[in-house]
Amino acid sequence: MADDRVVGIDLGTTNSLVAYMGTGPTLAHPDEPGKGVFIIPGEDGSNLVPSVVALDHDNHMLVGNAAREVLLTQPERAVYSVKRLMGRGVDDVQEELKLFPFRLAEDLAPGEVLRIQLGERSYTPPEISAQILRQLKRNAERFFGAAVKQAVITVPAYFNDAQRQATKDAGRIAGLEVLRLVNEPTAASLAYGLDRKQNGTIAVYDFGGGTFDISILKLQDGIFEVIATNGDTHLGGDDIDNLLIAVAVADIAGDLGLDARQHPDLVQRLRRAVIEAKIALSSRPAAELEVELPDGRLYQRTITREMFEQMIEPIVERTLEPCRQALKDAELTVAQVDEVVLVGGSTRIPLVRRRVEELFGREPHSELNPDEVVALGAAVQAKILAGGSAETKDMLLLDVTPLSLGIEALGGVTAKIIHRNSTIPASATEHFTTGVEGQISVAIHVLQGEREMAKDCRSLARFDLKGIPPMPAGLPRIEVRFLIDANGILHVSAREQRSGKESEIQVQPSYGLTDEQVENMILDSFDNAERDLAERQLIEARNEAETILTALAKGRHNPAWTMLNFSEQRKVDELESRLRLALGGTDYNPIRRWIDELNQATMHLAELMMDAAVGSALRGKNMDSTDVGEGPAAPHPIGKAEFS
Amino acid sequence: MELSDPQKAGLQVMNGKHRDHRCWSCGDMRAEHFCAACGHVQPAEPTDYFAFFGLPRKLELDDAGLEREFYALSRKLHPDVYSLASAREQAWSLEKTSQLNDAYRTLKDPLSRTEYLLRLEGIQLDEQSKTATEQARAAGVDKKQTVPAELLEEAFELNMLLEEAKMGGVDKELRAQLRATRAGLMARLKTMQDELHAAWKQWDGGDREATAQMVDVLNRRSYLRNLVRDINEALD
Repeated sequence: MADDRVVGIDLGTTNSLVAYMGTGPTLAHPDEPGKGVFIIPGEDGSNLVPSVVALDHDNHMLVGNAAREVLLTQPERAVYSVKRLMGRGVDDVQEELKLFPFRLAEDLAPGEVLRIQLGERSYTPPEISAQILRQLKRNAERFFGAAVKQAVITVPAYFNDAQRQATKDAGRIAGLEVLRLVNEPTAASLAYGLDRKQNGTIAVYDFGGGTFDISILKLQDGIFEVIATNGDTHLGGDDIDNLLIAVAVADIAGDLGLDARQHPDLVQRLRRAVIEAKIALSSRPAAELEVELPDGRLYQRTITREMFEQMIEPIVERTLEPCRQALKDAELTVAQVDEVVLVGGSTRIPLVRRRVEELFGREPHSELNPDEVVALGAAVQAKILAGGSAETKDMLLLDVTPLSLGIEALGGVTAKIIHRNSTIPASATEHFTTGVEGQISVAIHVLQGEREMAKDCRSLARFDLKGIPPMPAGLPRIEVRFLIDANGILHVSAREQRSGKESEIQVQPSYGLTDEQVENMILDSFDNAERDLAERQLIEARNEAETILTALAKGRHNPAWTMLNFSEQRKVDELESRLRLALGGTDYNPIRRWIDELNQATMHLAELMMDAAVGSALRGKNMDSTDVGEGPAAPHPIGKAEFS
Repeated sequence: MELSDPQKAGLQVMNGKHRDHRCWSCGDMRAEHFCAACGHVQPAEPTDYFAFFGLPRKLELDDAGLEREFYALSRKLHPDVYSLASAREQAWSLEKTSQLNDAYRTLKDPLSRTEYLLRLEGIQLDEQSKTATEQARAAGVDKKQTVPAELLEEAFELNMLLEEAKMGGVDKELRAQLRATRAGLMARLKTMQDELHAAWKQWDGGDREATAQMVDVLNRRSYLRNLVRDINEALD
């Protein structure tokens, strides 16, 4: 069991978490054996790992709180909210670039996967996300004291194919087998459903750091069937922060005559200040903004809740239309929704709660911590996939695809082949033929989205069906099967039916990494991991060498030294100088070797010292100053000598 | 998006040959989706949606029963159940579950169920299908539609109203007229539902001529729905 722990990961825009569902009593539920779903804390004891990646002065990757500190002092060496860039092309992110200090690599070719400049290298969004995932993996491994290789990772329900694929790639790069991508609101419903086994219709309103989702589910005897989902993958608490920053920047320009945009570190300090104010405003009627400017002056401003609500009203309003659309798609009225559940940090804002309550006509639930509920649900799904337990026995998640799948038809029109809100896995078979005599390939453009024209939909891939046997126009019959798997990721296969020939398909994803690129990135991270390991081993070997050399220096002053014969003393002298020589190098192997040899050579000395210590103890002397260990059982006496 | 090889994906096209329903795992029982003896999922093969649920090709369906069956099959076939199984079983589970979902989606909706049955019976419905209409609209092509005789006069009057709306906007009077027309159309749609159910009964009773009636109802229905949509757009 120790080797196949499957963890649940919430890879969030602002914060990420890793959770686990155990079968025995746990930290979170010490008194309830078998009821343990819990968040695995990081080294610093906190459940939330900020989704920030930064480089320290030695060009080491930092993740989480440590990276957030770098963001404040050297914003150019840190990346945050990278989730907004997952699975997107340069053209998609122009709006984002105005608001977020992403520094794209300068040598980006058109159509290439985005790369973000960080220090001397550039990284794709999946690589940055992989750093966060690797940190969560390490946290889990430290917690269990065993390797963690498999995970369930959550994604916004409204993520498209490219964004999902990018998330899966990130998992692979981090050395995790992603058993399933689960939609965030659906995961939340699992966490809620664990305690309350009941039937009915629930709406999950998930307003997080960077994304908004609404999902409507039907719960029946443990089956969680998503009826409809909708959302906006670029709408979240981030947008509220940006709004407040813009206000502060305008203030500073107007009242203090300073262009804050010229000072990236000031913008980051403002960002932290507005986030604190935003959080404070959820429980207090007013909050203070106070930020020191680079010239020492102080920017101060009071924000009342009333002002705050006025400002953010349009953002909150943007979440309501997807809710109405989801209800419409589900063919339900608000009265038919039995429960509403709030998920995501932004649902702590009182205005958000009021608007949701008004829309659904009932008070929403928020018993579970809105920051943690998605990760907890991911852990439940991980448990289900890992074989389940008594509590998950009857639980099954039936999710849907959030966006319609289509292909470009004549005239640039989208022909929908799998409609949105279809339960996944889902498939469609389409037939294609040629338009010209002897034509041996057919081009297919796969799209995702609801718009009527292909150019307004998201382009997933263009591919050529090749190797069609030459035939008169219209005669070949090529069957292409589109299958959306349980992760919401599309698979395509094709065959020419007339000749029975398997068509060769070349797929060029419009955005996304090729398998080969991902493989290289995995190797890359292994190289890094190996380098990291070598470094750590060098440090450990050096520490150990220092310990033994110190002990030896003390041993030379011990009367026991004179009891060694000349050749023993010579041998120790020689090994000591060899070890000191090896210490000047950077390879831990020779250091280890001379430590071992020196250990062997000083064995006799250690025994003599031990005898002397035991002897003096027997004579009633105080052992404190000469104690060399716990007695004869001490594993290495000379090593222990430093205790004296 | 990923590419998959149909062979590897476990999608065996059987070329009309009927597979021997013997469990690949225990070899014992006659098995369709999974073995009744050992519970293992069986390879997916092309099947019609009625047959997938073990139903006769009949149109009057017990909705609640279909849902129960869908849930019961989901519990046994879903990829979640096979996440620790062999790659082969995972592929079969994926195929089977997509068939299950496609079948359930098609059969649970009365209209798509009727259209599907007509397709199975070799009747091409493309002319008035929703997709064909959508495509023609998006491409800006006027799709050839035969106006049902009973609707000729009404359609003509409505087109005048819609022209008027396009030219001069929708004033209060026009709005009222459009609403009244829409209410009339909606009432007609409702009676069509009854006509369709009557045709179902005939079909289920063994009357193969009922298909012509169903095609007729679906045609008129789709024409009516387009009119309603045009009104909704004008009123927006």
